[in-house]
Amino acid sequence: MQALLDNLDRLWAGFLTTLAMSVAAAVAATILGTILAAFRVSPLPPLRALGATYVQLVRNTPLTAVFFIVIFGLPAVDVTFQNFFIAAIVALSVYTAAFVCEVVRSGINSVSTGQAEAARAIGLTFGQSLRDVVLPQAFRSVVPPLGNLWIALVKNSAIAGGGFAVADIAQLAPSLARDNPAQVLAIFGGIALAYMVITVPSGIAVGVIERRTAILR
Amino acid sequence: MSSDQATRTKQPLVALAGVNKWFGDLQVLKDINLDIANGEVIVVIGPSGSGKSTLCRCINRLEGVQQGEIRLDGVLLPEEGKALARLRSEVGMVFQSFNLFAHKTILENVTLGPIKVRKVRKAEAEQRGRLLLERVGIAEQADKFPAQLSGGQQQRAAIARALAMEPKVLLFDEPTSALDPEMINEVLDVMTSLAREGMTMVVVTHEMGFARKAADRVVFMDHGKIVEEATPETFFTNPRSDRAKDFLSKILTH
Repeated sequence: MQALLDNLDRLWAGFLTTLAMSVAAAVAATILGTILAAFRVSPLPPLRALGATYVQLVRNTPLTAVFFIVIFGLPAVDVTFQNFFIAAIVALSVYTAAFVCEVVRSGINSVSTGQAEAARAIGLTFGQSLRDVVLPQAFRSVVPPLGNLWIALVKNSAIAGGGFAVADIAQLAPSLARDNPAQVLAIFGGIALAYMVITVPSGIAVGVIERRTAILR
Repeated sequence: MSSDQATRTKQPLVALAGVNKWFGDLQVLKDINLDIANGEVIVVIGPSGSGKSTLCRCINRLEGVQQGEIRLDGVLLPEEGKALARLRSEVGMVFQSFNLFAHKTILENVTLGPIKVRKVRKAEAEQRGRLLLERVGIAEQADKFPAQLSGGQQQRAAIARALAMEPKVLLFDEPTSALDPEMINEVLDVMTSLAREGMTMVVVTHEMGFARKAADRVVFMDHGKIVEEATPETFFTNPRSDRAKDFLSKILTH
């Protein structure tokens, strides 16, 4: 316990890194995943195939392998990132987007076809009807599973510190434990608690958002 | 309206020629030829499964057809994409299940098309939207959500939404079939007044009273074919085909 209290400044910095990495990846994954979902319901077969292929490839690859590919694989084809922090955000976004895509797609499928027909009937294009009519309703019905993905993403971000030299809160644990072997349990417990500081309130917030955005049908 | 008056004599507003459509092996439209003049009110009736709803949905290409031509104002319906969207904006549609946008208020439902498709300024679209809601008698519901309205009010809102696009023709696909009996008339009243004002309408319905009162022409369909076309007067008092006689005897006796 003392080891944690003595290193509160490093804990705080690591916590902020974890939070920043997670928020950035969540925003990027939501945008990319939504675009992929739009591809998967598109009237154009090549776009549908592209979306489906992305999901199959990425969802079936271990996250650690995605990290390896982004950090050590891509430089081989001259794609490099400024630092490990940026690379970690890319890896987390690419990985999580596949799952966001499927969640959003099931949300789209939950919107009755009559909504899209009515949108088309007043002259909205496919893109407009998706953006203005279908997606706003789709997102409302998938708030809980999107919340799950966010919580999973926060915890998945530990791979960045655990394996890839990003100074997040997960990276702090082994170094503190090495210096204070007698307090190992308290240190790792404290680190786990730090993740819960993000995820538990997130879960509550998801519940609030779900109630606030619910629409009568 | 003067240029429309001129075209009225020249060409039909909606023209279906040799239209055939299949769902898999089932042929749902068989060699449909139908011209609809500007300002004309057509009521399509027939037993369920006769293809009348499909016919209606083909006119704005919510359903595609495999054979034949459908023209609006002389222009062939485009296949897909932006051109089709532009055409649909000129063909209003009212659905059996209303299909109001569930996450938008009644006023937003009415203004979405004008703002997004016609690029009308929001304030102007709202002002016109409120006038339309007043016209269909639900001005005080403008800021509510669809689920807070009765079926009849929702359907009148859906009519206002279609009117907001100032369509050349309005399609009604069984607009009163999902309504409680006491709400049917409030919707039919709005439709009747539209018909009187000269709106071109294609109405799929089982409301024979409306057909008698408002239709210029009744089209009777069975098994994907147009079996009979006549003025309501002729059709209801002196149907030519046995199928129409049989149908009318079943629905008019109870």
